[in-house]
Amino acid sequence: MSVDTATVAKIAALARIKLSEGEVAAMVPELNGILAWVEQLGEVDVTGIEPMTAVIENKQRLRADVIGADPLTGGGVRDAVLANAPAAEHGFFGVPKVIE
Amino acid sequence: MDPPPRRDAVTPFLAAKWALSAQVMSTYRIQGATGEWEVVIGLEVHAQIMTQSKLFSGAATAFGAEPNTQVSLVDAAMPGMLPVPNRECIRQAVRTGLAIQAQINKWSRFDRKNYFYADLPQGYQISQLYHPIVGEGAIEVILDDKDPEGSTKTIGIERIHVEQDAGKLMHDQHPTMSYVDLNRSGVALMEIVSRPDMRSPAEAGAYVAKLRQILRYVGSCDGNMDQGSMRADVNVSVRRPGEPFGTRTETKNVNSVRFVMAVVEQEARRQVGVIEDGGAIVQETRLYDPDKNETRSMRSKEDAHDYRYFPDPDLLPLELDDAFVEECRASLPELPDAKRHRYETALGLSAYDAAQLTLEVETYQQFEEMLGAVVKASGKLERDLAKRVANWLLSERAGVLKSIPEGAAHPKNTVEANTALIIAASEGLISGGKAKEIFAAYLTSDIDLAAEIDANKQTSDTGAIEAAIARILADNADKVAEFKGGKEALFGFFVGQTMKAMQGKANPQVVNELLRKALG
Repeated sequence: MSVDTATVAKIAALARIKLSEGEVAAMVPELNGILAWVEQLGEVDVTGIEPMTAVIENKQRLRADVIGADPLTGGGVRDAVLANAPAAEHGFFGVPKVIE
Repeated sequence: MDPPPRRDAVTPFLAAKWALSAQVMSTYRIQGATGEWEVVIGLEVHAQIMTQSKLFSGAATAFGAEPNTQVSLVDAAMPGMLPVPNRECIRQAVRTGLAIQAQINKWSRFDRKNYFYADLPQGYQISQLYHPIVGEGAIEVILDDKDPEGSTKTIGIERIHVEQDAGKLMHDQHPTMSYVDLNRSGVALMEIVSRPDMRSPAEAGAYVAKLRQILRYVGSCDGNMDQGSMRADVNVSVRRPGEPFGTRTETKNVNSVRFVMAVVEQEARRQVGVIEDGGAIVQETRLYDPDKNETRSMRSKEDAHDYRYFPDPDLLPLELDDAFVEECRASLPELPDAKRHRYETALGLSAYDAAQLTLEVETYQQFEEMLGAVVKASGKLERDLAKRVANWLLSERAGVLKSIPEGAAHPKNTVEANTALIIAASEGLISGGKAKEIFAAYLTSDIDLAAEIDANKQTSDTGAIEAAIARILADNADKVAEFKGGKEALFGFFVGQTMKAMQGKANPQVVNELLRKALG
């Protein structure tokens, strides 16, 4: 598998990353290098082997439906949530106008 | 013809129902300039799962909170945060699946749906594309709710999967900025995907209404469409009857049954117009504008369908054991179709009354609560009292509640008050009309209900009634003669006079009997 200039430009656009033509051109061999490296995995014969979902045999843990059971992952932390926002106004994130 | 539905995951019962319903051909057609067109509709309904906390974080889900106060660092997608699924969300999705007789997938998995938008801080939505938690099921809809004994149609449901909701954007608060509120970000949704089985606006409307009813019975979604707890993406295409499917468009986020029906009609007419003018339908996402009653293209989302799904590496596959599924099954209440059937067969109610009483959860709960109380107080059988309670709820009381501003929410509209009046009427102490009058007076003024019932008790005291009748016949000798001469219509006059003399408290049946005797 490999990517060409058009594919790189499209992926960048979907991710809203602005790349100049020069940057796209530089990115093509870089991404292809990564893909080729990962593709080495295809050389291993995995016939009859179940795909592995985790290194350690484990089941997905579920949590109880309780608000703020773990304060680190609960709500009510607006200041912390907005702390890094470039434009926080009236408790909202402000972003460049996006309208249909 | 439609491609046949996949049958492998379907019970023989469902397959048989499908085979039957395929014979019910919809006759709804759009009349174009060049002939008739058939409409094909599929719906993706997003239903917010009723839970305290979000799908992957402990932030609250309550509607209407101050902006960004119900956002955890997980929902804001801060680096290093990991999602942990909420058991109740999974449980409610499974219960919903069981309620539509669907296959439950004990092994399912979360995937990332990647797109970039200001209301989606992660840059992807955690959803289930490849292995949804619920597989194929079906629901049966009544095509005309005024005629519950009329034709029904089975609508296939392809799947239900669990996913995160996005945040909310506000565009009208600032001249150059949009404001983002992430309170809704990460709230659990069920996406319920129908088969393209609907053929008219009425069928689409009936499907959404029935789905809402089932969700509310199950308690997995509150069904508040005006608050966005339930919204539909409406897929519409048109074709010549009997020909293959046409190209479809998808109108997003339609938030009422009425609007779903309007979208189907407007979009089908638009498509017929485009095709008949020599154009072609583009597969695209559209928006509905209720003010103009038209759909329009959302061109900005053209690229967005390239979602580059892949399994979410932050979450292990979701594995459910038999005990989990069985608990979900055991916790289901009596569902709408079963309840309606029981009301007709065991309680002897008409199909219409049974349909009306089972439409909303609040209505059947009140009905069953009142029926239970009346049965207990009178010692009579449910079957003998059901019609009386149904009449009270659906007609007499409904009329009173309509006439006051608070409606059913009036604090004095209690089960106790209702029960007292139903019992008094069912035992013939007061007439149904009198019960209605007393109830209205009770709600709007400061009277004691028991004393008022007592004061208005109709009497079956034959002595008193006979005395009144004798007086009236004596005072109206001329009319008695006319009556005996054949003017039958005067009977009503005598009844009226007697009731008046008894101040409205005589048992009308007894008055009728005694008058017949006296005039006979």
